[in-house]
Amino acid sequence: MNHLIDILDLSVEEISELIAVANDIMANPEKYQEKCRYKKLATLFFEPSTRTRLSFEAAMMELGGNVLGFSDAASSSSSKGESVSDTVSVVSGYADIIAMRHPKEGAPLVAAMKSEVPIINAGDGGHNHPTQTLADLLTIYREKGDLNNLTIGFCGDLKFGRTVHSLIAAMSRYKNIKFVLISPNELKLPSYVKNDHIKEKNIPYVQTESLDDVIGDLDILYMTRVQKERFFNEEDYLRLKDSYILTPEKLKNAKSDLSILHPLPRVNEISTLVDEDPRACYFRQTKNGKYMRMALILKLLEVM
Amino acid sequence: MHVDSITNGIVIDHITEGKAMQIYDMLSLGSLSCPVAILKNVPSKKMGRKDIIKIDSSIDINLDVLGFVSPNITVAIVRDGKICEKKHIDLPKKLTDIIKCKNPRCITSTEQDIHHIFKLSEGNNPVYRCIYCDTKA
Repeated sequence: MNHLIDILDLSVEEISELIAVANDIMANPEKYQEKCRYKKLATLFFEPSTRTRLSFEAAMMELGGNVLGFSDAASSSSSKGESVSDTVSVVSGYADIIAMRHPKEGAPLVAAMKSEVPIINAGDGGHNHPTQTLADLLTIYREKGDLNNLTIGFCGDLKFGRTVHSLIAAMSRYKNIKFVLISPNELKLPSYVKNDHIKEKNIPYVQTESLDDVIGDLDILYMTRVQKERFFNEEDYLRLKDSYILTPEKLKNAKSDLSILHPLPRVNEISTLVDEDPRACYFRQTKNGKYMRMALILKLLEVM
Repeated sequence: MHVDSITNGIVIDHITEGKAMQIYDMLSLGSLSCPVAILKNVPSKKMGRKDIIKIDSSIDINLDVLGFVSPNITVAIVRDGKICEKKHIDLPKKLTDIIKCKNPRCITSTEQDIHHIFKLSEGNNPVYRCIYCDTKA
């Protein structure tokens, strides 16, 4: 049984295969519109997430399949105290594939241990969100034509940002990669992520508090939100918050072919004035997410 | 101080100084009816000081517990007064239901009837991580 719980469950070759399928779906959508006819996707969302759930549902619908599920724990049996294992044992009798979001870290893995159908982790607390990483990888590939030979900057909250951790893990497997880690001291990348995916693999990296100092070096800029509640005191927050807001002025020193990514939702960390800049990829990125989810569903259902 | 040799049983030797009681508790040796000797702060050429546990009965013990609590431990199986088998215990690759995850956001904190599993990471500084949430043991 195939599942996707962690982005590293997929080999580099499998990711290349998914990217190729996603690109083909974009070019020839009619080829795929009946591929999942009579198949059902269950979206088990134990916490609300409009964007990811709609992306999964749109993906299945565009493959000709059907969708069932719930969008928050209150409308599921978990509100009556049912375990994840029991919920999944029941639902795997109704659906051909399950996408699960759960506030508890590791819940999709528990589901995968019980399920009779493939499980896709659609986000488990602050832990993993592999289909977001697939969207990021397709975006980088489509914007740059390659996943090798890139200087990738991560800016903002690198401590709690699960999408940052997963993308670093995924990108660390490609050749000639350099990471630039831009964050306030309070929100630095956790040492285990740095050790496991950067230092152990001897990947060059720079750690800095200043986006201005490094923006000119970057091929990719992955923005995340700096949240006030993450700071120990308001003084530090006020001192640092503006340095992590991307504006057209800050982009003057950036490369002309920089690609700006953001997992969304954004609050104020990217000025809306940047949206018109051709280097802003974040809305294309969400669309790419749907195509990667389509490719993933096809792969896990073995109907490619 | 003298502790008699055992005829049939197990000697757990080269326990890191001060770890014997933890092993005693984790192996539930308190529930045994046979004699159990705990020797603490025993002088050792190799280790300076070490702890030893002698169990005067042939029982099955969870070797993973020993490797996790005190790596480089040795276990000698004694039969008819002679050591018939000696095992050097390395860090086990996987721990099942030996320790619990301390991350309150981990699914193991709420899901009933779930095995608590930790795996030893690869690399230069191996550590045990919860298979569900990756939190360090």
